Amino acid sequence: MTTHTPDLKAARIAGGVAADQRHDSAHKHVAGTAIYIDDMPEPAGTLHGCLGLATVTHGDIVGMDLSAVRGAPGIVDVLTASDIPGENDISPTGRHDEPVLADGKVQFHGQPIFCVIAETREQARRASRLAKVEYKELPFVTDIGGLDPLKDKLVTPPLTLKRGDAAAAIRNAPRRVKGKMRVGGQEHFYLEGHIAMAVPGEDQDVTVYCSTQHPTEVQHMVGHALGAPSHAVTVEIRRMGGGFGGKETQGNQFAALVAIAAKKLGRAVKIRPDRDDDMIATGKRHDFLIDYEAGFDDDGNILGVDYIYAARCGFSSDLSGPVTDRALFHCDNSYFYPAVKAVSAPLYTNTVSNTAFRGFGGPQGMVGAERVIDEIAFALGKDPLDIRKRNFYGTEDRNVTPYHQTVEDNVIGRIVNELEASADYAGRRRTIQAFNANSRFVKRGMALTPVKFGISFTATHYNQAGALVHVYTDGSVHLNHGGTEMGQGLNTKVAQVVAEEFQIDLDQVKITATTTGKVPNTSATAASSGSDLNGMAAQNGARQIKDRLVAFAAKKYSIPADQVEFLPNRVRVGNQEIAFADLVKQAYMARIQLSAAGFYKTPKIHWDRDKGQGHPFYYFAYGAACSEVSVDTLTGEYMVERTDILHETGRSLNPAIDLGQVEGGFVQGVGWLTTEELWWDDKGRLRTHAPSTYKIPLASDRPKIFNVALADWSENAEPTVHRSKAVGEPPFMLGMSVFHALSDAVASVADHKICPRLDAPATPERMLMAIERLKTEAVK
Amino acid sequence: MAKPKIRSELRFLLNGEDVALADVAPDATLLDFLRLSRSLRGTKEGCAEGDCGACTVLVGRLSGGKLVYESVNACIRFLGSLDGTHVVTVEHLRGESGQLHPVQQAMVDFHGSQCGFCTPGFVMSLYALWMKSPDPSNAEIEKALQGNLCRCTGYEAIVRAAHAISSYGKAAKDPLAVERKAVTARLEQLRDGLRVEIGAGRQRLIVPADVADFARLLEAEPAATVVAGSTDVGLWVTKHMRDISPVIFIGGLDGLKTISEDKDAGDGKIISIGAGVTYTEAFAALAKRIPAFGPLFDRIGGEQVRNMGTIGGNIANGSPIGDTPPPLIALGAMLTLRKGKARRTIPLEDFFIAYGRQDRQPGEFVEAVHVPVPDEGTHFAVHKVTKRRDEDITAVLGAFHLTLAQDGTVADVCIAYGGMAATPKRAYAVEKALIGQPWTEATVMAAMDRYAEDFAPLTDMRASAEYRAMAARNLLLRFHAETSGTRAPLTVTREKAA
Repeated sequence: MTTHTPDLKAARIAGGVAADQRHDSAHKHVAGTAIYIDDMPEPAGTLHGCLGLATVTHGDIVGMDLSAVRGAPGIVDVLTASDIPGENDISPTGRHDEPVLADGKVQFHGQPIFCVIAETREQARRASRLAKVEYKELPFVTDIGGLDPLKDKLVTPPLTLKRGDAAAAIRNAPRRVKGKMRVGGQEHFYLEGHIAMAVPGEDQDVTVYCSTQHPTEVQHMVGHALGAPSHAVTVEIRRMGGGFGGKETQGNQFAALVAIAAKKLGRAVKIRPDRDDDMIATGKRHDFLIDYEAGFDDDGNILGVDYIYAARCGFSSDLSGPVTDRALFHCDNSYFYPAVKAVSAPLYTNTVSNTAFRGFGGPQGMVGAERVIDEIAFALGKDPLDIRKRNFYGTEDRNVTPYHQTVEDNVIGRIVNELEASADYAGRRRTIQAFNANSRFVKRGMALTPVKFGISFTATHYNQAGALVHVYTDGSVHLNHGGTEMGQGLNTKVAQVVAEEFQIDLDQVKITATTTGKVPNTSATAASSGSDLNGMAAQNGARQIKDRLVAFAAKKYSIPADQVEFLPNRVRVGNQEIAFADLVKQAYMARIQLSAAGFYKTPKIHWDRDKGQGHPFYYFAYGAACSEVSVDTLTGEYMVERTDILHETGRSLNPAIDLGQVEGGFVQGVGWLTTEELWWDDKGRLRTHAPSTYKIPLASDRPKIFNVALADWSENAEPTVHRSKAVGEPPFMLGMSVFHALSDAVASVADHKICPRLDAPATPERMLMAIERLKTEAVK
Repeated sequence: MAKPKIRSELRFLLNGEDVALADVAPDATLLDFLRLSRSLRGTKEGCAEGDCGACTVLVGRLSGGKLVYESVNACIRFLGSLDGTHVVTVEHLRGESGQLHPVQQAMVDFHGSQCGFCTPGFVMSLYALWMKSPDPSNAEIEKALQGNLCRCTGYEAIVRAAHAISSYGKAAKDPLAVERKAVTARLEQLRDGLRVEIGAGRQRLIVPADVADFARLLEAEPAATVVAGSTDVGLWVTKHMRDISPVIFIGGLDGLKTISEDKDAGDGKIISIGAGVTYTEAFAALAKRIPAFGPLFDRIGGEQVRNMGTIGGNIANGSPIGDTPPPLIALGAMLTLRKGKARRTIPLEDFFIAYGRQDRQPGEFVEAVHVPVPDEGTHFAVHKVTKRRDEDITAVLGAFHLTLAQDGTVADVCIAYGGMAATPKRAYAVEKALIGQPWTEATVMAAMDRYAEDFAPLTDMRASAEYRAMAARNLLLRFHAETSGTRAPLTVTREKAA
C-alpha cells in the first residue's frame, strides 16, 4: 500500500468502477486495527458519562435527590435539564418535542433524566443507579392496539394519498376483503452501540466524535444545546460499526450531552451507553397496525383499496412524519391500484420515540400490500403469485402511483418471470404439495414476493451532496464527501468513482473521515442515497480538476482539448503519454488549482405533501425473492430451506459490495418478520433490551440454500452515477418472501382454504397459534 | 492439613508475553483489561453479556496435560479465572511482517466484513474452529458461529470464507500449533499448585489450590461467590453491577473436571460428571453414551458459552430455565453436595425447592452429578423450544424417559420440564395418566389434558403462558411419534433436504 508504483502500461486501472473491489477497511476489520470511536486514544483526563433513566412510563417528576449520585466515588458532575446552556431540544424536524434530558415530565420508561459524569465509565454507571427520583405517575399508553388512528393523539400531521374514488371502487367491486394486520417493530442492533466523545476547544469550539449517519444534524443539535453557532462545532466520524438508520438522529442525545459536559468541565467527555441502555433509550423501527379493505374482480384484479397505516411513534415526532409518509408511498409495492386511498396515523405512545430503520416505513407499507394480495388469492383459491403478477404496474398504462408519479422504469415483470423460472417455482410448488400430503407434523411453504422501492429523500432538499477532492503533487488524491461509512462500502464506491474519473489506481485515492469541517451542510447517509449523491458530487469535483488539467495540457502542449485523454495512470496529450503524477506536477508548477468542491443535486424530483402529489422519487429499484420454508406444526418452529433472489442494482459500481448488501439486507428483513420481537410488559417497560432476549438472525438462520443474483442486464434509466442504482434498503424487503412462505405453510393445515392472516413477527409462538386457529376454523 | 501456601499474584500468558498481576479486582473482566489496561482494542464490546461474540478471544489451558484453545467471551470472563492460561487476542494473529493470517485473508477475500465491528470476534471463532477442524462442514461452521452476531452480511460471505481458510495456509503450521510444546511447558511451569489470593476486605479473589482447598475455603466463607464458567455471574457484574466479593474461582480445578463411568450396583451404568465440566467437555462423554444430549448441547448458548459454562453451574444456579436439569431429572440423576469433607448425595429433583431456593447449605457446593445411562430398549428424548433456534434461552424444554412393558403398555415414564414452573419440574399427573396404559396416541392425547394439573406457566418476553402450555403438550405428541418408528420428519432441522 505504501510503496505504490502505478503501472503506466496498464489496460485498465486497478479498482475502477464495476470492479469487485473489497471494502477499503477490510484488512483493518479483520486485523482489529480499524478504529471505532471507542478505540481512539483518549485525551488525558477524559471523563465518562452515563445516562440516568426514568423508572416510570409516564409521570411528573416531583422530586429528584441526586446527592447519593454526586457523593459516589469518582463523580465529577451530574447534569440535569437545567445545565443545558442552550435549547433543551433535539427534535430533528424542529417540532420541539424531544428534550435532551426530561424536564419535569417523563414520557417513557427509560427516558434520560440526568447524566452522570465521572472519572471512569464504571463509576458513572454505578452512580447512575443511586438517584432517588419521586414521580407522580400518570396513565400511559404503550400499545396502539386500543387507539383510534383517526382520533387519538398524533405526534405529527398525517398524510393522505388519494387517486380515484377508492370507496366507490370497493363498493362496486364484485368481491371485497377487509382486515387488520399487525407488523412489529425492530431494534437496529448495530454491533457498535451509540457513542460520542467531545473534546473542548477554545472560544465556543468543540469537536465531537460521534457514531452518526448525520454529522451535520449532530452539529446543529450540539450547537443548539450549547447555544453556539454551527461554526464552533465540528463533528467527525471515520466509521460506524453499523447504523441501519439507528444512527440517523439517535446519536444527537449523546453528542449534545458530551459537548455540554466537555464545555462545562473543560475536559474531554465520552459516553458509551451499555447495550441495554442503548436499546431502552434509543428508537427503533415503527410497528404498525394496518387496516385494509380492497375490492377486486373474480380474476383477481384489484379495483380499489383503502388503507389506514397506524404507527407506534413513541413520545415524540423524531422522523415519524417521513417514516409514515414512506409507508404510504409503498402501500402499492409493485401493484397498480385503479383507485386508492391511504391514510397515515403517526400515533403518540409512552414509548421511546421510534426512528429511521432501513426501508424507513417502506417495508411496513409493502407488507400491507402483500397481505391484500394474499387475501385475494385465498378468496379466489388461486396461487398468490398469479394475483401478484396480474396486478403489477404496466409499462405503458396502469403505471400511475397513489402519489400520482408515473412509473417510468418498470422491470418487475421481467425480474419475477426470470426468478420464477430459475427458482423452478411451479415444479417446487408440486413437490411441496406432495411433501405436505405425506408429512403429518412438518409442513412446507413457499412464496415469491416482489419489491419496488422508491429512491430519493422525500424531503426534496435532502437530495444534495458535496465532496472535496484534493490532488497532491505526487498524483495521490485525498477524497472527502458528506456521506458516512457504516459498513455499506460507500467510501469504497465513491473512491472507485474518483479513481475511474482520473483513471488512476484505487490505492492512489485516500478516503478520509467524514467531518463537517470539510464538507458542510450534508444530508444524512440514509434513504439508500449514499453513493447516488456523494458519488456524483465526488465525480463532479474530480471533473472540475480534470477540466483544468485538460485545459492546462492543451495550452501547454498546443493541442486541441479533445486530444487530451485520461488513460490508466497516465494522460495522453496529443501523441505522447505523460504519467498522471507528472502532469499533475506540471500543472502545479503552472499554478493550476488542484482542489475542488464537488456538488450534486438530484434532478426531476418534487413533492407537494398537502396535495399528496408529485414526483418524489428519481427512480425505483426492483427485486424479487422466492423462499421455501419448513414448519414444525407442533411447536411453530421453522427453517428457511431455500431462497432465490434476483435483484437489480443498475450497472453496479461494485457487484461484490452490492451482493453483500442484498444478502445482508435480506437476512435482516427476515429477522424483522420472524424472530425479532419487541415486548413491553404491563408496566410499560421494554423487556427485550439485550441480545439474550432480542433475537436477531444467526448464521444458522440464513437459508440452507441461498442463491443470490444481481440482474446483469440492469441499468438505471436515469443518468445516475455510471447508471448504477441504490442498494442499501431495497433488498431488506426481499425478506417478505420468507414471511409469506411461512404463511403458506400455515395455510396448508387447512388445505389452503383460509387466509392465515399471520401477524409479524412470525415467531414460533405466532406460527403455532395461527396453525391452531386454522385447524379449528377448518373443522367448523 | 496445613493451609496451602499462597501466591498473591495472577499469572498467565497474553499473546506472546508473560503477565503477572498483583492488583486485580475480583470482578475485573478480561475485556476491560485488554482494552483499557493493555490498549488491545481489536477485541470489541458489543453486548457485555456473552451473547454477541464481538469480544471473542481464545483461552488456551491444560486439560489433562493437553493444551486446548477455546473461544470465550472476554466480556464476562473474569481475570481471576485466567490463572495459568494462555490468552490469545486478534492482535496475535498477524505474522511478524504484518501479513494477514489465513483466517483473516479469507475473510478479506470473501467480503466477510462490512461494518467490521463484529469481525475480530468472527475471526477468533473461525480461528478456533480451523485449528480443530481445518476443513469444516457447514454444520460445524454454523455451530462454531452460534455465539457471533453479525448484523450486516447475512453471514453468507462469512461462511464462504470459513470454507476457504485452509486454501490460505495449513492449520498444522499455525504459530499456535508450532509453539504448542513451548506454551505447554510454560503453562506447566505456571501451575505451581499454590492458592492465589489477591486483595482484602470487599475486594478479594481466591483461586483455590485444589478441590479440598476450595471445600475448606467455602466452609470458612459461606458467603463467598463461587464462579465456575461465569456465564451467569458475569452478568451480575456487567449488567447488575452487583458486588460479588469475595470470589472463589473454581473453573480451573482439575478435581471438578472428572468424567467417569461407574458400574452401578444394579444393572445399568452411571456417568459421574464433575461440577466444573463444561458443556463442551460433557458433550463428548455424555452425547456418546446418551445421544439425545448431542442436539440439546448444540443449542445451549453459543460455542463461547459452551466452552465456559459448566453443568455444575447450570444446576447450582437453580434457574427454572436451565437446560440440563430436566433431562437429568428425567434420567433419575443424583447430585453430590459437599461441605468441607462431608458429602451427601440426593436425587437431583429434590435439589430444586422453589424459585431461587435450592437444597444447598451454607458452605456447601455441588461437586458432581451422577447420570444413569438409560437401559437399552427404553426411550429417552429432550426437546427444547425457543424463539430463535440457536443461542436462545428456553421457552419450554421437555425431557422424556419411557420404559415400555412387553405388552406395549407404559411400564415407567419420567417427564420433566423447564420453563413451565418456578423450578425444573416433573409432570407427575401426566406420568400417572400414562403409566399402565398402552403406549398409543390415544393414551397420549388423553394424558395431554393432564398438563394443566402439573403446570401453570408464566407469560414473559420469551413466550406466553398459552404457548408454553400448548408446546409442552405437543412435545409429548412428538415424543410418541418418535417412538412409533414413523419416517416422516418430526421437526425441522438444519440438515439440507435430499
